[in-house]
Amino acid sequence: MPKRTDIETILLIGSGPIVIGQACEFDYSGTQACRVLRDEGYRVVLVNSNPATIMTDPEFADATYVEPLDVASLRRIIERERPDVLLPTLGGQTALNLAVALHDAGVLDEFDIELIGASVEAIHTAEDRSRFKAAMQEIGLGVADSGLAATLDEAMTVADEVGYPLIVRPSFILGGSGTGIAHGPDEMAAIAADGLAASPVSEILIERSVVGWKEYELEVMRDHADNVVVVCSIENFDPMGVHTGDSITVAPAQTLTDVEYQRMRDAAFACIRRIGVDTGGSNIQFALNPADGEMLVIEMNPRVSRSSALASKATGFPIAKIAARLAVGYRLDEIVNDITRVTPASFEPTIDYVVTKVPRWAFEKLPGAVDVLGTQMQSVGEVMAIGRVFAESLQKALRSLESGRVGFEPGDPSVKALSTDDLVRRAAVPTADRLFALAEAFERDVSVERLHEVTGIDPWFLDQLARIITERRDLAALGFDAMSRRDWRRAKRMGFGDEQLGGLWGVDADDVRSARLAEGVAVTYKTVDTCAAEFEARTPYHYGTYEDTDEVAPLERPAVVILGSGPNRIGQGVEFDYCCVHAAFALSDAGYETVMINCNPETVSTDYDTSDRLFFEPLSLEEVRNVCDALTSRGELAGVVVALGGQTPLKLAGALEAAGIPIAGTSPASIDLAEDREQFNALCDRLDIAQPPGGTAVDAPGARAVAEVIGYPVLVRPSYVLGGRAMQIVYTADELDAAMAELATAGSLGREGGLSAERPALVDRFLEDAIEVDVDALRDCAGEVLIGGVMEHIEEAGVHSGDSACAIPPPSLPAGVVSTIAALTRAVAEGLDVCGLLNVQFAVKGDEIFIIEANPRASRTVPFVSKATGVPLAKIGARVMLGATLAELRDDGLIPEPAGGGHVAVKEAVLPFNRFPNVDTLLGPEMRSTGEVMGIDTTFGLAFAKSQAGAGAALPQAGTVFLSLAARDRPGGLAVARRFMELGFAIAATVGTADALTAAGIPVGQVVAKVGETVGTDAVELISSGKVDLVVNTPRGRGPRADGRHIRRAALTQGLPCLTTVAAARAAAAGIAEASASEPAVRSLQEYHR
Amino acid sequence: MARPNDDRPVPVPSHLPAPLGHTRGPERRFVHQRGVEMRREGVLVLADGAVFEGELAGAAVDVATGELIFNTALSGYQEIITDPSYAGQMITFTYPHIGNYGVNRHDDESRRPFCQGIVVRDLAPRASNWRAEGDLDAFLGERGVPAITGIDTRRLTRHLRDTGVMPGAFGAEETAVCAAAERATGTDGLDLVAGVTVDEPYTVGDPDAPFRVVAYDYGIKTTILRHLASAGCVIEVVPASTPAADVIARDPDGVFLSNGPGDPAAVAGAADIVAALIGELPLFGICLGHQIMGLALGAETTKLAFGHHGANHPVRNEATGRVEITSQNHNYVVQADTVGGGADVTHVNLNDGTVEGLRVRGVPAFSVQHHPEAAPGPHDAAYLFGEFTELMTAVGAG
Ligand SMILES: Nc1ncnc2c1ncn2[C@@H]1O[C@H](COP(=O)(O)OP(=O)(O)O)[C@@H](O)[C@H]1O
Ligand SMILES: Nc1ncnc2c1ncn2[C@@H]1O[C@H](COP(=O)(O)OP(=O)(O)O)[C@@H](O)[C@H]1O
Ligand SMILES: [Mg+2]
Ligand SMILES: [Mg+2]
Repeated sequence: MPKRTDIETILLIGSGPIVIGQACEFDYSGTQACRVLRDEGYRVVLVNSNPATIMTDPEFADATYVEPLDVASLRRIIERERPDVLLPTLGGQTALNLAVALHDAGVLDEFDIELIGASVEAIHTAEDRSRFKAAMQEIGLGVADSGLAATLDEAMTVADEVGYPLIVRPSFILGGSGTGIAHGPDEMAAIAADGLAASPVSEILIERSVVGWKEYELEVMRDHADNVVVVCSIENFDPMGVHTGDSITVAPAQTLTDVEYQRMRDAAFACIRRIGVDTGGSNIQFALNPADGEMLVIEMNPRVSRSSALASKATGFPIAKIAARLAVGYRLDEIVNDITRVTPASFEPTIDYVVTKVPRWAFEKLPGAVDVLGTQMQSVGEVMAIGRVFAESLQKALRSLESGRVGFEPGDPSVKALSTDDLVRRAAVPTADRLFALAEAFERDVSVERLHEVTGIDPWFLDQLARIITERRDLAALGFDAMSRRDWRRAKRMGFGDEQLGGLWGVDADDVRSARLAEGVAVTYKTVDTCAAEFEARTPYHYGTYEDTDEVAPLERPAVVILGSGPNRIGQGVEFDYCCVHAAFALSDAGYETVMINCNPETVSTDYDTSDRLFFEPLSLEEVRNVCDALTSRGELAGVVVALGGQTPLKLAGALEAAGIPIAGTSPASIDLAEDREQFNALCDRLDIAQPPGGTAVDAPGARAVAEVIGYPVLVRPSYVLGGRAMQIVYTADELDAAMAELATAGSLGREGGLSAERPALVDRFLEDAIEVDVDALRDCAGEVLIGGVMEHIEEAGVHSGDSACAIPPPSLPAGVVSTIAALTRAVAEGLDVCGLLNVQFAVKGDEIFIIEANPRASRTVPFVSKATGVPLAKIGARVMLGATLAELRDDGLIPEPAGGGHVAVKEAVLPFNRFPNVDTLLGPEMRSTGEVMGIDTTFGLAFAKSQAGAGAALPQAGTVFLSLAARDRPGGLAVARRFMELGFAIAATVGTADALTAAGIPVGQVVAKVGETVGTDAVELISSGKVDLVVNTPRGRGPRADGRHIRRAALTQGLPCLTTVAAARAAAAGIAEASASEPAVRSLQEYHR
Repeated sequence: MARPNDDRPVPVPSHLPAPLGHTRGPERRFVHQRGVEMRREGVLVLADGAVFEGELAGAAVDVATGELIFNTALSGYQEIITDPSYAGQMITFTYPHIGNYGVNRHDDESRRPFCQGIVVRDLAPRASNWRAEGDLDAFLGERGVPAITGIDTRRLTRHLRDTGVMPGAFGAEETAVCAAAERATGTDGLDLVAGVTVDEPYTVGDPDAPFRVVAYDYGIKTTILRHLASAGCVIEVVPASTPAADVIARDPDGVFLSNGPGDPAAVAGAADIVAALIGELPLFGICLGHQIMGLALGAETTKLAFGHHGANHPVRNEATGRVEITSQNHNYVVQADTVGGGADVTHVNLNDGTVEGLRVRGVPAFSVQHHPEAAPGPHDAAYLFGEFTELMTAVGAG
């Protein structure tokens, strides 16, 4: 049956803000779905609260709503748009849950909306763990036996029934606290007691533990005619017990005989049929006993998932695109395989390379978080690498991580000093750095058998790792000068990088490169083609390897290379992918051949049809140079765009230029000028722009000397980092010493070289109570500057710009200040000789305006500004970088007028604290948010209220506000408290705050003790009792800002909105006031931009 | 539950080799060169002169020659290597890591490998799987299969895709290899079945099974016998040249035509024998058996440029419209436009439109080009064994 003709309008729900477990893979799937559904002639209505996504670009849907993902807003949208069907399977768990909620609330029935892709029944059967298990048993598949318990007695009974060892998982907990594995009744009693205490509903799931078994995933697709195919098999390197999202995973499965693989395939088919996923992709996870092959089904996701993004990139089979087509009635055999263009999509991709995914974590940014991996996902991003063999793909993946590692290398500082026994014990615990403990262990000749025993990692993988270390040793022994062609080839085929080899011999990476090229060992590019070369590929999706022949076609037009932003991490996420993708579109339109280099499988940029060519490669100097060389030898390379992928590509600019590769836009010299403190100071002096007083230092005495001149508090941070990495506010000289010591050694910063004259620490006067302002602007090579947007931050300077809310247009800044800021931005653009995008941050204190920093690149806020104003900054920026002037682009109609003044857009950050129970939720200069949402409405208050709802903490309309304010925040806080009182809220407060409020004539309904004080109810008890609706807690005093964290943690556990600055509380009061005064309304971006 | 059954329901034919030992082959082919342990260098040369560098493994021979084909399956190398249909051929595996999960006695598809050699990118140095009883390199050594590893198999595959399959040779001595490659001939027109079929009939399965089937052994895979047996058949396996009259004299419920190597038109007498059986007894043919049935019906067979060898080929069942993902291994096909009125095309290959199945009109006989027994590959087409027993039941009742 061809596509359905009874459908006109399709409602698609996105996945909302980027959070751990739900990242830009759903931007990728949603974007693909929007594209194909519109190509099929349907009207697409899209809802997603996340403005940084590509899917919410107004050109991808007929009506795009950036609105909170809740039943109330969806109902309003549905009422206006009257969709015929809702497709819920492409927006992650969020969309699936929301679809079920809409069904349960009767909205789907009321508006006669059909759910396509998966029925409510199918979703329930897959998502409800006990129903799922029953269903699997019904069709004869094994599952891990389990039971629920609410008391210790029950727990012990269930445990006896299930049998040991077992895994205890408390219900509704944050971040895996109270999870444990019990091997016998004694352990069980302790773990169950902990678990019951950790669960807010006092309930634990007790399940047969299969920790250490092998874990597999199959990506399966089904059409309405019941044709089913497996797109990809994935084997987890880390065995059961480590969440697949936190495991290194490899495609295809490596250690299954065909007999076992086909049995798993049969089980997967039985599962998808039993669950009743009508059409689309599903992900099914299996555990396999390595001793006898016993197989259990762990879970099924009846939707496109993170693994399906990986599987799509790993095979070239676009799961989301095809899922969207299947949902509107096509059968698999009616869809053509994009890559071969002659064979149908009803087949199973086969590959002739190995794909390795390695997660990236952010433990270093979350002090207090325990770096141990478990059944809850904690990673914030991932990289994928393709090689012809596992060793090559693994080493490439490690380079892609950008964690300061050049490959699979022993000698990691974290393990080097351990005794071998301790090292083996360390390797037994799954952590973010376990791989490097294994490297060290192999370097010390610990056997594969011993490591297998303690880690459960399959001996085949361990043997592969051991071989890398053996080869490394052999190469070291051989020496640089003795390397023959055959030796070079063997080394490169195992994935050794030039820098890594140089490190072995103490030789410069450039010399390594020249020597091996002189021996004729150069990279070759192969193609990802879904069919292992059986058919000709029409899609230039390449990866580099060291083989005989290469498949890169000659260039037809001048090429532009766009460097992506690598793995998602805190501080560098989907926003930069948005910019890269926009550049690809704009430059393709302008007649260039666009070439994307990136290594993040979750992204739209690594979709093979985003750019004219895709090189799935690490963003290391070696690999980027290789691609540039390959292009240069096949035609004209017009330029490399380094300014759109965040800090990752920017770091390469200088070295690329030195290698003779043309950099598009702002020159590396200007990039340095902006990054180099002294040069930038000189520039600001010349331009007469105030900066917070400061200086640079490479050691503690130097830092103290600076601080003595400028006065405390000071802000200390490394240069050349993003997202306020390792930045600290320091109030005393002792704290300063400690901060400097940390900078010199800490984690990946230490690996990246610590502090040096080239990379000194910056020590600045910390501006207290200043308003922070962000500006995104553009300058062309003719000198014209376009101000894209001026954003006023809600939280004061000192809260990282990425973690604070901000608004366009500025809600409180006087017009004069805004125009001065615009003028200063122009001056900086001119002074830096920017050609392309520029982001400048200011701090406004009274009538003084300070510049905090200027980045001659796309910023995190570019997509937000574009969604707020309708001006496609990234597209314009890309054209400008390649020489177009703003005047020309305006003439071509590519620069629309900014949308009129009828609306306000507020961006709010979304933080990962619910995954990390031991981390304080207080905001500071080190960025910790993983994602963002936007609220857009006619007034600031309404937009702010929407942004809070979008971020998952909707403001209450009535009830009790709990206030606990630092002394210095009380003057401002009083006004806010009065506002809440006028809005009809009851007020509760801690003693000191209550005194201040009462003195000012504000009645306090309940006064509570600070945490831990013995008399009466304390703050945490009050919040936990559910009698509070909104929490305002600002850090106390100037010292270490730890006080109050129990209050904030309690608020988070209760799911309450918790504001940690007076400014945010003021905005919330405004939002509540306006929301209660007017009927909430929704409008599409297309309407706002009109 | 669901655990791979190492004791499958059907007794394995008695002439299969004894279980493998854990020992490695006698001559390990590693040499030490400046402190680095490496395999011996080797070259692979195609008949058109293309040269590929690699390292030698498996059985020690001076020069291995054969017709080079490529197989795109991701798993199942042991089944492939021991499938008699590869007689005369050297198998290029497109998946780079081969040997990862070792070898075991249950996954052999015949009494010994008949292929001429294997070409891989990376022969696993260590096997890991609970079913493994030995490693692939040693197995190749013991079973006389030469191998070359380290080859840019993607280059080779693209080469074969563009030029069509061709003969080639590999070994240590480049001049000798080149000479052998030049001399090597393909499999066209060769009766390779004669070299793989059994000499004497033998019986497999439960003697009291409801159906008695005679199976022509053109190179039959063990898994086919297992499937027939678990569908309720006792199988009398007979040599390829067994006259039709002898088979009819055995009075079976049905006749099975097996898979096998090479050019169907070159299999001496086979088409005439089958022509004599059509209409006499219910018939089911797989792969070469299907092609021979096609010839018996008067259709023609032709050689594809590089054949179908893999586990992911989509086939549409014309009766149901459903797509089956199938295991395939053949270079020749029944030409669609020569099938004529005597039979219907029941299955079609969705990649290239070639004939995947035939059903003779008015007579109980059908055949498929792909491998419903899989091994390796998906089980989507396994229902065909059931159709065969249904056919025998219907004929028996009628
Ligand atoms: N019974 C079990 N024993 C040991 N580990 C388990 C068990 N069940 C799940 N796990 C581990 O926990 C991870 C997460 O479990 P899963 O059911 O897939 O939840 P999620 O919905 O978070 O993906 C799995 O990837 C697996 O590694
Ligand atoms: N001198 C200062 N006084 C007060 N706050 C500051 C000062 N410098 C930086 N900040 C705060 O620290 C945050 C991060 O600093 P910034 O220089 O923007 O680093 P990054 O490059 O990591 O974004 C800013 O968003 C701002 O809130
Ligand atoms: Mg899971
Ligand atoms: Mg900043």
